[in-house]
Amino acid sequence: MTDALIHAMAEMQEKEALQIAKQLLNEGTDPIAILNACSTAMQTVGERFEKGEYFLPHLMMAGTILKQVSDVIKPHIREQEKDKTSKGRVLIGTVKGDIHDIGKNMVTFLLEANGFEVKDIGIDQHPDKFVEAIQTFQPNVVGLSGLLTLAFESMKETILAIEEAGLQDNVRIIIGGAQVSEHVKDYTGADAFAPDALAGVRIIKQWIGG
Amino acid sequence: MRKRFVDLSDQAEQKQEERFSIWLKGEGIPFTDASKQEAYLERATLIKDAIQLKKAPRRIPVCPSAGFFPNEYAGITMYEAMYDYEALRTAWERFHQDFEPDAYNGPTTIVPGKVLDLLDLKMYQWPGHGVDKEREYQFVEGEYMKAEEYQDLIDDPTCFFLTIYFPRIFGSLEPFETFPLLPPVNEIPVIPPFVMPFGTAAMQDAFESLEKAGEEALRWRAAVGKISGDIMGRGFPSFSGGFTKAPFDVIGDSLRGTTGVMLDIFRHPDELKEACERLVPMMVKSGVGACKANKHIMPFIPLHKGADNFMSDEMFQTFYWPTLRKVIIGLINEGMVPLLFAEGSYNDRLDVIADIPKGKVVWWFDRIDLKRAKETVGQIACIAGNMPLDLLCTGTPDQVRGYCRELIDAVGSDGGFIFSTGAGMQGSKPANVKAMMEAVREMGVY
Repeated sequence: MTDALIHAMAEMQEKEALQIAKQLLNEGTDPIAILNACSTAMQTVGERFEKGEYFLPHLMMAGTILKQVSDVIKPHIREQEKDKTSKGRVLIGTVKGDIHDIGKNMVTFLLEANGFEVKDIGIDQHPDKFVEAIQTFQPNVVGLSGLLTLAFESMKETILAIEEAGLQDNVRIIIGGAQVSEHVKDYTGADAFAPDALAGVRIIKQWIGG
Repeated sequence: MRKRFVDLSDQAEQKQEERFSIWLKGEGIPFTDASKQEAYLERATLIKDAIQLKKAPRRIPVCPSAGFFPNEYAGITMYEAMYDYEALRTAWERFHQDFEPDAYNGPTTIVPGKVLDLLDLKMYQWPGHGVDKEREYQFVEGEYMKAEEYQDLIDDPTCFFLTIYFPRIFGSLEPFETFPLLPPVNEIPVIPPFVMPFGTAAMQDAFESLEKAGEEALRWRAAVGKISGDIMGRGFPSFSGGFTKAPFDVIGDSLRGTTGVMLDIFRHPDELKEACERLVPMMVKSGVGACKANKHIMPFIPLHKGADNFMSDEMFQTFYWPTLRKVIIGLINEGMVPLLFAEGSYNDRLDVIADIPKGKVVWWFDRIDLKRAKETVGQIACIAGNMPLDLLCTGTPDQVRGYCRELIDAVGSDGGFIFSTGAGMQGSKPANVKAMMEAVREMGVY
């Protein structure tokens, strides 16, 4: 039955997926096994996206189905069972002055589907917020997202703030957005750049396994 | 579906020539002297020749998208540009004087801030109103139309916009929720209920804010009209004369939002398609109306959600392209030349979007292999693009010249090409912009 759930989720069958998840619970299936099935499904979605078979609408739909299924399952899981080992931690956010988040959300989805722990601090985030989050979350990688050209300046400021806080040796920094390039990477002082979500995920996987 | 949005009409060719001749004449533009009118004609002819694909223009026209760069170049903030029309004038004049693009970019995207204030617009943040005074305005993503409202939109778009959408996006127009349904006003008993909503104090306040916003918009138009007249009068034709959108983007950008429309592809595919169809005539009318009023030929059509990463080829051909093509054909049949600006990457779309009549549109690209564009859609349409913004913002003049050389070598050999930027030039280094303009003028002679 978990195979049926995986299939429904990977094929964007929203109603079926929810129905199967509820049925599994009622039949006494271990909720952890159901959640693992969700992870497998999301991995399949991520892989299809990477192969160019799935696109942004699929990621959004899969994310919505996942949330609904999780909401059904999670109350049945005991607290201590929730912890699972992640492949690495990634802090991500859209830099100051920019409120675009589609690219950032795609990267977050794909990283989570790949087993990374992701902390998303949202849009229009001041450099200090990134610094604070690095101190508390202790990520391996920091992703700075932005679509507008003004984001180049904010990315630079954020990286400078990370350096001034003495945190640059603890993290690797990647910038992402449709307009970023090698030039922008050099300008901002980032370690890498990604003009689309897939490129970003590929680099982060190279950095911290997965 | 009506043929006028599907098939090329017999008169399209002739109508295009008529509209071109109106645009080329520059009637009403206060030319400072005859030589400036000649310069205007010469520049407009470069663009016309590039579009029609009948012969190569004398040289490659260079028409960058100014974006908000003129403000930065003149050292004024976005706030000043939106609230002080004299500051806006200084910025626009300096930009056109110093860089001499082949086409004038009117400040139509620098909307008057006071108008937005008066209407209490909810779907944008603008300088001094949600973002810093130095920052550009930004769109606030949201579901301004709910999924269950597709049928309302399809049944009566005017009613939907007036009574549901406006009250949501304009705080000052909330009382429009009670705006009467218009088609039933056709018999004597329906007249009193029709006028009743206008008797309330709330509705009168809403009309008062509209009145004030309208007055301010007229002041802005007078100021911008003068700025544009003065600059165009020195020999610069305007690059576009109107605005419209792809029906899918109307729904995806401003009604359902990105997340909403992406989920609708799975959850409400039929309503989404029907709503796109319903918007076609309105989008055609919008582009035609503005261009006619401005004695122009090119409605500007920024394209958003059809880019490579946003949907699969199948989704593009099912949800996005059919109604965009209808808008394009509808505009062409009225003699217009749609200026289609494909933001982001469009590499996977090049074959599909080539399904249009020859020499009738401009396809303007951003992140794309322009050489492939030339080999595909470039065989039937003028292509424009695509100096990348990152290079203008962070590169050097030498790198910019190098890119110009590469681009012109790749796609600039036999006409049908307008050199432009991949997006509005905000953030660019002036030295890079100068290098680009000079390089194309020098290298772009056929």
